[in-house]
Amino acid sequence: MTSPATPGDPGGTRLPSIVVSDVTKTFKLRHTHSFKEAFLGFIRHKTLSTTFSALSHVSVEIQEGESVALLGYNGSGKSTLLKLISGVLLPDKGRILTRGRVAGLIEVGAGFHPDLTGRDNVYLNAAILGMSRKEIDARFDDIVEFSEIGEFIDTEVKHYSSGMFLRLAFSVAIHTELDVLLVDEILAVGDAPFRAKCEVRIRELIQQGKTMVVVSHDLPMVSSLCERGVVLRNGQVTFDGRIDEAVAALSEHD
Amino acid sequence: MTSTYHAGAQGFVSPGHSRGLIDVVRYRYLLRLLVRKGIQTRYHGSVLGWTWSYVKPAAQFFVYFFALGVFLGLNKGVPNFPVYLFSGMVVINLFGEAFTNATRSIVDNGPLVQKIYLPRELFPLAAVFVAFVHFLPQVAVLFIGALVTGWVPSLVAVLAFVLGVIIVTVLSTGLGLLFGAVNTSFRDAQNLVELFLLFATWASPVLYHWQSVSSALPRWAQTVYLLNPLTPAVELMHIAFWSPTLHGQQQPGGPPNLLLFSLIALLTSIVLLIVGQLTFRRLEGRFAQDL
Ligand SMILES: Nc1ncnc2c1ncn2[C@@H]1O[C@H](COP(=O)(O)OP(=O)(O)OP(=O)(O)O)[C@@H](O)[C@H]1O
Ligand SMILES: [Mg+2]
Repeated sequence: MTSPATPGDPGGTRLPSIVVSDVTKTFKLRHTHSFKEAFLGFIRHKTLSTTFSALSHVSVEIQEGESVALLGYNGSGKSTLLKLISGVLLPDKGRILTRGRVAGLIEVGAGFHPDLTGRDNVYLNAAILGMSRKEIDARFDDIVEFSEIGEFIDTEVKHYSSGMFLRLAFSVAIHTELDVLLVDEILAVGDAPFRAKCEVRIRELIQQGKTMVVVSHDLPMVSSLCERGVVLRNGQVTFDGRIDEAVAALSEHD
Repeated sequence: MTSTYHAGAQGFVSPGHSRGLIDVVRYRYLLRLLVRKGIQTRYHGSVLGWTWSYVKPAAQFFVYFFALGVFLGLNKGVPNFPVYLFSGMVVINLFGEAFTNATRSIVDNGPLVQKIYLPRELFPLAAVFVAFVHFLPQVAVLFIGALVTGWVPSLVAVLAFVLGVIIVTVLSTGLGLLFGAVNTSFRDAQNLVELFLLFATWASPVLYHWQSVSSALPRWAQTVYLLNPLTPAVELMHIAFWSPTLHGQQQPGGPPNLLLFSLIALLTSIVLLIVGQLTFRRLEGRFAQDL
């Protein structure tokens, strides 16, 4: 079996960028971090962990070039799903496949080191997101310009204001060479003008045909960015379809 | 329908599955940056900075030199005792630094491990490289000390140095991967490592001469002592830096079959590296959720 051919597609077939099939993720909530307690618990047959099902039987297929919003209340499993797609977590059951370079922006600035200068941090983080030295050299000026950090680029990051820090981190993330972008609540960075600029940049990426999965509680914004919405509730997909219907489905049966 | 796609076909991959140390090669630029970060931030905010890399071993050296060399009189039994002592110390320090840093590396890089997928072997490996860079100035000081006391170059000395350093690096990488992986679930691992290092200094001929071991222990126990991979590594450092300063002077004999035991040490280290890598891969899937 091959995937259905789409007319007008030069390759003859159109492949999805992300395939999530029947994925279940259970967390063990361990109550100990030491050998001694684990050992004593083992002897006394005391369970030191309880399990918690964060995702159960989730199946989603995302086509190349699609922009999808993941919606759901706190703790519904959105970040967990993104972490599974990026490879940070592994599924307990089911399969996940991705195609192309995936940049997971689970949180901007995760790799930033406060004692390094902005410049060093740009290089380090771009490399963490999978860029080569040449690619970083080529984009460095764009990154700095976009962040509007200016001469602070050679200052240690710990002296930045929190907004400046987020701007630079976001700027690095948004300039990475990628095919699939996973965005988790990072659009709420910076002041209003900077947010507007970020939205413009994300629209550009969508227009370039990048695949995008966005998690956000900012419903008006995701409605305007994405065409499709997937609603999660207690770790299960309760709706998958057009974004306006998804937003409506989210607030249903409360 | 979704089950029609397979990893490896049509450009699909399963995220989160790396090929371990082999994949690190693809990330060598990032590895370099991580090592640089480790070096740059190590003494951040201290006035003396990298001078501490000299001050600490120097202090350690003087304590041992006076306590053992002068007060206990090892000075008289072992010619050129300062160089003897320091050549063993630097390689044990390399082992200790690399092993401790690698063990802590996953936990220390926790935010990154939990948020972005990378081959996680990068972190212990970068830690070992940082320890190695830290080791170089100590070797420079040692080398100057050896030169001043009459060191003459020889091929044997160079080969012994290289082999000794390879053994210790491979050994600490393997143990670092093993303990680093366990440390994500049980922080006891890093305390265990400290205990280990206490033994490491005394369970190899760093502070005393092999003669004291051979006269005190029965044959089988001597063999056990030599099977500790650090023992041949330390002896190799003595051959590299200390022996060439003696010029055929009356010297107490070293352990027998050193070459054989060095090769066994290398083999042990490689086996531990494989065990470390395999354990690391077994536990890797749980790093992000356990931290
Ligand atoms: N490493 C972990 N160990 C144990 N439980 C976890 C872990 N990570 C997530 N969980 C649990 O899984 C559930 C889903 O978490 P997740 O972060 O995916 O929610 P979310 O949809 O992103 O919520 P939010 O809107 O608040 O960001 C939560 O109940 C959380 O407590
Ligand atoms: Mg979340």
